[in-house]
Amino acid sequence: MNKFVRYFSKRSSWSLPYFIFLLLFVVLPLLLIVLYAFRDNQGHFTVDNFVKFVQQKEALNTFIYSVGIAIVTTLLCILFGYPAAYILSNSDFNKSKTTVMLFILPMWVNFLIRTLATVTLFDITGLPLGQGALMFGLTYDFLPFMIYPIYNTMMKIDKNLIEAAQDLGASRAKVFTKVIFPLSLPGVLSGVLMVFLPTISTFAISELLTMNDIQLFGSVIQTYIMQSDTMNYGAALSLIMLLIIGITSLFTGGDAENESPGLI
Amino acid sequence: MALAEKKKEPEGHIIDLRHVSKWFGEKQVLNDVNLYVRKGEFVTILGPSGCGKTTLLRILAGFHMATEGEILLEGKDIAQTPPYKRPMNTVFQRYALFPHLNVYDNVAFGLKLRKMDSKEMDAAVRKALKMVGMTDYEERDVNSLSGGQQQRVAIARAIVNKPQVLLLDEPLAALDLKMRKDMQLELKDMHKSLGITFIYVTHDQEEALTLSDTIVVMNEGVIQQIGTPTDIYNEPKNCFVADFIGESNILEGTMLEDCLVRFMDKEFTCVDTGFGKDEPVDVVLRPEDIYIMQRNEQAEQFHGTVQSCIFKGVHYEMIVLTPDGYEIMIQDYNSFEPGTDVSLIVKPADIHVMKKERLCNTIEATVVDSEHIEMLGEKFQILPTGIEAGTEVLAEVDFDKIDLTDYQEDGTADGEVRLIIYKGNHYHLTIATDEGPYLYVDTNDVWDDGDLVGINIKPEDIRLKVKGQRPYE
Amino acid sequence: MKVKIDKIIAKGYLWLLLLVLYTPILIIAIFSFTETKVLGNWTGFSLNLYKNIFAGDASGSMLSAIENTLIIAIIAAIVSTVLGSFSAIGIYNLKNRQRKAITFLNSIPMINPDIITGISLFLLFVWLGVSQGYVTVILAHISFCTPYVVLSVMPRLTGMNQNIYEAALDLGATPFQALTKVIIPEIKPGIVSGFILSFTLSIDDFAVSLFTKGNIGLETLSTYIYSDARKGGLTPELRALSTLVFVVVLALLLVINLRAERQAKREQERAAVLKIKK
Repeated sequence: MNKFVRYFSKRSSWSLPYFIFLLLFVVLPLLLIVLYAFRDNQGHFTVDNFVKFVQQKEALNTFIYSVGIAIVTTLLCILFGYPAAYILSNSDFNKSKTTVMLFILPMWVNFLIRTLATVTLFDITGLPLGQGALMFGLTYDFLPFMIYPIYNTMMKIDKNLIEAAQDLGASRAKVFTKVIFPLSLPGVLSGVLMVFLPTISTFAISELLTMNDIQLFGSVIQTYIMQSDTMNYGAALSLIMLLIIGITSLFTGGDAENESPGLI
Repeated sequence: MALAEKKKEPEGHIIDLRHVSKWFGEKQVLNDVNLYVRKGEFVTILGPSGCGKTTLLRILAGFHMATEGEILLEGKDIAQTPPYKRPMNTVFQRYALFPHLNVYDNVAFGLKLRKMDSKEMDAAVRKALKMVGMTDYEERDVNSLSGGQQQRVAIARAIVNKPQVLLLDEPLAALDLKMRKDMQLELKDMHKSLGITFIYVTHDQEEALTLSDTIVVMNEGVIQQIGTPTDIYNEPKNCFVADFIGESNILEGTMLEDCLVRFMDKEFTCVDTGFGKDEPVDVVLRPEDIYIMQRNEQAEQFHGTVQSCIFKGVHYEMIVLTPDGYEIMIQDYNSFEPGTDVSLIVKPADIHVMKKERLCNTIEATVVDSEHIEMLGEKFQILPTGIEAGTEVLAEVDFDKIDLTDYQEDGTADGEVRLIIYKGNHYHLTIATDEGPYLYVDTNDVWDDGDLVGINIKPEDIRLKVKGQRPYE
Repeated sequence: MKVKIDKIIAKGYLWLLLLVLYTPILIIAIFSFTETKVLGNWTGFSLNLYKNIFAGDASGSMLSAIENTLIIAIIAAIVSTVLGSFSAIGIYNLKNRQRKAITFLNSIPMINPDIITGISLFLLFVWLGVSQGYVTVILAHISFCTPYVVLSVMPRLTGMNQNIYEAALDLGATPFQALTKVIIPEIKPGIVSGFILSFTLSIDDFAVSLFTKGNIGLETLSTYIYSDARKGGLTPELRALSTLVFVVVLALLLVINLRAERQAKREQERAAVLKIKK
């Protein structure tokens, strides 16, 4: 009796309800994915779902295609976003916080709306929807998510370091290559995480931008999961996606702290 | 005064600590602390960082519980009383003002909790602010105040509750020198006008000497000495106190008979009595008590050559090397160039003799076999002995027979240098070992506080004594 | 001289990028003021599309979708904030190893892509045999919002001067009083930003809501837009809605930015005053 009373009068016991909540609504659901992935319709243990994935070219191809799209999108975002972040953070070029805010703004607008906006663009110019539109749309959607972390990291670079480099004789180009670039890499990593992971798992965007023509891995999963007879297969595919995400996070030391886009 | 060994009736004692010990896990931070505080006193607990003084204060405040011992407030045991029920208030080292409240609300915090009448409360808050010189600051945001101002608000916040005891945890440590000196005087005035008991913790011995009625000197969780500032300064009880308070020259000596002591190979008249014949002692000479003058063989007690002379503002500080190899520090208003031959005199009353706390190391050990004992958690080799394996013995090792190595791997046992006392011609170190016991080492090597060392002892230098019997060889 | 050219190129690049980013939105905004079914065909100025959002005939479902979204967001935000704040205090008081464990668990919903969160919760409700609807959506939202509240509140706790809690006790406050009078005011900014973040995340959510809303016809704003757009791309009323959302977000960000700048100015002035005082 006494032990219980003493535990509950301690502040640390306040974490208990949340701990149970997390187990129930975070850990258990994830375990269920694993559970369903390894069962068949009758509930018996099987690895058929994974065999099906490898043998039936359909899902496998979509998977590889999606990964490819995600990589290309990420690279495009880095290509266009890195210079933007650099220019925004360099006081020689930009002193306006409003300009920065304009780049951050899209992040707060519902991504469906933003996707529809790109559809609009193609609509009005008469360009066809399809793979090109998909690439453009994805890059358009996720560009701010690459710019923001890189910008943030660059802003945090101690100005003294730049001055020290200049003091030791570095030209502007050298300051960039030797000081700013290396120190900006954590931001790039963060940006990669914030672009690659969502892109791999996206489904609505591809449907809208290609008129359901091209299916990404996410939409494949969605279709299978929602139907009760293919639920297990869908779970297996989800597990595969989780694996990729887990591996990516491990490699990049997934920094969850940077996930939420703060306000300037 | 001094260590309350007898069970005294605490009349006029507002606080009594009896046999208080505190462990944090494996580490012992307070070791059998006994002291009492009289009503209205200004007591300072003085010691180096890590000596346990802050822990002691926090136990009094109620933030820690003593592992052993009694804490009495006017005779009543308050060890189980939570901090918010104790009639004591604390002034924290980093002020701990509530950032979301302004000055007035900070000071009024304790009074509001007691649901004091608002008129009374207002008067009390303003009076407290006036006492610390912060009138007109009521509406100010505490984050905009300077360090000294914040500290004064913290003091006001504490005293406005009219506590029986005010606990101050190094409150001036974060202030610059000038502000510290000003605040010291203000605190002393406050103590006089308020009449409440102050218990003050600091590592600054000058501060302690300035402020206190009584000083409690602590080191490594143990009380070293309790006394008035003059007592502590003029009559330190051991090497640690002599070394910690003011500057000292500490030398090995022998008390030949009452009022006659021998050190630096010479005999001196002194005023101390009560020692045994030819008893080994420690001798303390304060640098400012030694007379220094041009070499005059007729008038000197001892002489030497000036090694260095540094201007310290109020006086010059000089190191003189005697022909026998003793380095003595002297403070004087006159300066003597390095290289000068000088004569030195010290008055009998200025020679202070202290009992030695120990004559050699005495370490608890167990006999492993005829050639080894287990001591300090390690196996040490000894000269062949006939004592049975498993017997508990005391190992005696002279101070100069312990060998310290730079790397712990090179030693049989490990230790850390805790205290370094210079004794004129050698260093006397206190080494803390992993197992707990302290070792004392005489050496000419220069070590630093905190150095990690290896400990080696030659077999022929270990004397064994079965507990209760005379030493074996 | 070189710097001048560089500056022009740099600025030019930024403006080009902004042009690409905002042109589509501007197009939608412009054409939200006309009733045409075909984008690009201006059929005269009209506010009808906006009226339709709030009128609710064919677009009745849009209005209820907006309603649902707001209700869900408010409930989820409140529950998440309360749960997250108390849990943060609890976690702060945990021993190191336990703290690391629960912090790790807390970060999972933040790392997981929303489709996985959605699917995992879908499977949970299916497995439990719970019928999906309002309740499941709200529970789902709470599960991905609370970690962000914890993340908002924790730094305020760790950055707090440990001593002020003790100071409160020292001055006579019971632990409960110390909590309410000292700790909570200290972490209030974290609680507020956690609430705002939760609200925003909930409103913005699509995938999780899609998987947990079941088939009783419950729609949130995002799921409504999705099903509407699937049918025929960007329908006229969606143009008005999009513009509205965009304007609201813009206004909010402007307000927040201005407040932040005003605060920063106030701090600068205070620092200057202090310098003079010293």
